[in-house]
Amino acid sequence: MAVITMREALRQAMDEEMARDPSVFLMGEEVAQYNGAYKVSQGLWEKYGDKRVIDTPITEEGFAGMGIGAAMAGLRPIVEMMTFNFSLMAFDQIINNAAKQRYMSGGQFSLPLVIRGPNGPAEYLGAQHSQALQSLFAHVPGLKVVSPSTPYDAKGLLKTSIRDNDPVIFMEGELSYAWKGEVPEEEYLIPLGKGDIKRKGSDVTLVSFSKPVRYCLEAAEQLASQGIEAEVIDLRSIRPLDEELVYASVRKTNRCVVVDEAWPFASVGSHIGWLVSSQCFDHLDAPVELVSSEDVPMPYNHSLELAAQPSADKIVRAVQKVCYLDPDGKEA
Amino acid sequence: MAEKILMIALSPTMEQGTIITWNKKVGDTISSGDIICEVETDKASMEYESIQEGTLLKILVDEGGQAVVGRTIAVIGKKDEDISGLLEQIASEEKEKPGTDTPEEKTKQEKNAAEEDEKPKTSSGGDKKADEPDKPQASQKDVPPPPSDSRPEDPEERVYASPLAREMARQAGLDIVKIPGSGPRGRVVQRDVKEALKRPGEYSQALVAGAHASAVSGQTEEDRRIPISGIRRTIAQRLAASKFSAPHFYLKVNVRGEGLVRARRSLNETLKDTKVSVNAFLIKFAAEALARHRNINAGWTDEAIIEFSSIDIGLAVSVPGGLITPIVRNCGVKGVKAIDDELSALIEKAKNGSLKPGDYSGATFTISNLGSFGIDEFTAIINPPGSAILAVGALKAEPAAAPDGSVQVVQQMALTLSCDHRVIDGAAGAEFLNTLKRFMEDPVQILF
Repeated sequence: MAVITMREALRQAMDEEMARDPSVFLMGEEVAQYNGAYKVSQGLWEKYGDKRVIDTPITEEGFAGMGIGAAMAGLRPIVEMMTFNFSLMAFDQIINNAAKQRYMSGGQFSLPLVIRGPNGPAEYLGAQHSQALQSLFAHVPGLKVVSPSTPYDAKGLLKTSIRDNDPVIFMEGELSYAWKGEVPEEEYLIPLGKGDIKRKGSDVTLVSFSKPVRYCLEAAEQLASQGIEAEVIDLRSIRPLDEELVYASVRKTNRCVVVDEAWPFASVGSHIGWLVSSQCFDHLDAPVELVSSEDVPMPYNHSLELAAQPSADKIVRAVQKVCYLDPDGKEA
Repeated sequence: MAEKILMIALSPTMEQGTIITWNKKVGDTISSGDIICEVETDKASMEYESIQEGTLLKILVDEGGQAVVGRTIAVIGKKDEDISGLLEQIASEEKEKPGTDTPEEKTKQEKNAAEEDEKPKTSSGGDKKADEPDKPQASQKDVPPPPSDSRPEDPEERVYASPLAREMARQAGLDIVKIPGSGPRGRVVQRDVKEALKRPGEYSQALVAGAHASAVSGQTEEDRRIPISGIRRTIAQRLAASKFSAPHFYLKVNVRGEGLVRARRSLNETLKDTKVSVNAFLIKFAAEALARHRNINAGWTDEAIIEFSSIDIGLAVSVPGGLITPIVRNCGVKGVKAIDDELSALIEKAKNGSLKPGDYSGATFTISNLGSFGIDEFTAIINPPGSAILAVGALKAEPAAAPDGSVQVVQQMALTLSCDHRVIDGAAGAEFLNTLKRFMEDPVQILF
């Protein structure tokens, strides 16, 4: 099986869907002649031309609105946000129009729109450009929110998102574009709302999505050396959410740590913490722990920047807490 | 209107305190400014000066007991005031967030019982209510206390258990009340129920502290549990953090002692009724050597290595229950006599526990001298934020090879320098130690 980057997997997904369906097109800042700010749309303009790969002005609200209108008129737009930090400019279009059209038109309009781009802190970008904003979109009924952690998942989920008849916010970890993984040659799709167990374990359930899944897997390796087997669940899609997969795992392990690189207040992570607490109450041996970013704007200082985010070490400590172990791994 | 007296932060880093003595007893009148009790904080013992006024109505944390900052340690109000409502409120707060802990649960029960008899009579209705917070102390006697001994006072008999543990116990037909809990607040968790299931019938007794040892070895004496004092915990945390994060290496050198002895004798002869300590000389020599090797008077941070502008030398001093390093500040500009005067005052304060955090925080270099205990040589753990500590052995007569090859008996002492390799490399440490040796053997060199 070919080993490719997540960047390449996303490109393949768009390429295959554009070849398959002439109503699919891509627009955004620098997506055409410059091949995308993160080179995700490399080669698509050359292949599909000006009509289907469109460079927009720096007007997020404007081109998000154009995407919504195009979707209502029957096309399948992919709107790239250079980063989701910039999507805040387009909030009125996304929340008041994209999320509401099907409902307010009594089902007369569907909205087959994908808004995609990088999300989450990278490095040295300062507070305004280092945000994980999935909680804001996941808050809104009417939007689907997808956030993969591997090239395989990214490709299968993006293809499904493009074919979906509702607006999908597709959030890619900026630092995971260069991550590599196996992706098969033949076509495949991954349904939205199906999580994936990235590692089997019996002692504690780690629930995460996007970039922090990797930290969970690192933490699981460390924990294994202490005799703790962690099960790592990658939600892959936040809305719809694969609740049953999480509950089944927690009912088996009796302990749960949720890892979300957004802020802790009113986040996807805190919501999952509540779901597990209410749905798995009689199976829990310890309160659910949440490992999130610190509740501060991202510091520019690099040491503080790293310290503000979830890490494998923080996850290990949270697991030790729910297992009632002291930091040396002994019973506390 | 009765008020709570709270444990307050008596030092910048204090998170909890241990009551050493109560200077006031129930019934005493307290005026603003009175010292109501002495509290051992994370490093020093401090006086608790009251800003409240009234009559001390109840003491909730006895001598030897601990309370985190913000917890209620006593109640103050008008004489004979009914405080039952306030006590109930305090008890329910404690249930939410337990923050007091008394080392000996049994003693506490007895003390509480004794206090009941002394309690001033109030109206009959209030009297009954006021008893309630103390009740579970008595009824808990039938139940073995959990090994962690951290269950808080409760107004009603209450067992903390995880939902899973409750469900497992119910299914196995076990009484959750009888299972000792090992989690926070004595919470019964999965592993406790599993443990209980292994030894049905005897588990409630088998886990009581001390019984384990006697069951194994047949000895009758129980293991002694020594509560960890604030100072002991600070020592443990700081030294473990230093030893495990700073890569230590050690340089040892033997120093001839005649120069030091002569210099000290010479100074002491000029002083009529007092003698200057060897430690003051050691600090002075180290300060002079540090002034010529600023890279040793430095500290590691993740951002940068800090070369400290001031030479602040700490001296490890043994105190009851631990050790503390009072600091002579800015030693570079002080003479031996001035250093000795400051040192004597600091050691005096260290011995009676009245050092302020500013007196012992932030040494840029530290000296530990076990020579007076007859120790030949030893290695010490670096005391952050400094990057080096000098371990000084005993001065004694030893045979040594003279330059002409003959053997002479000389006064000698061993110096061992522990260095943080992140800041100090071997050659830099060696150069510093050589300068120090030169100064100690021939103090006049300091003038050059």
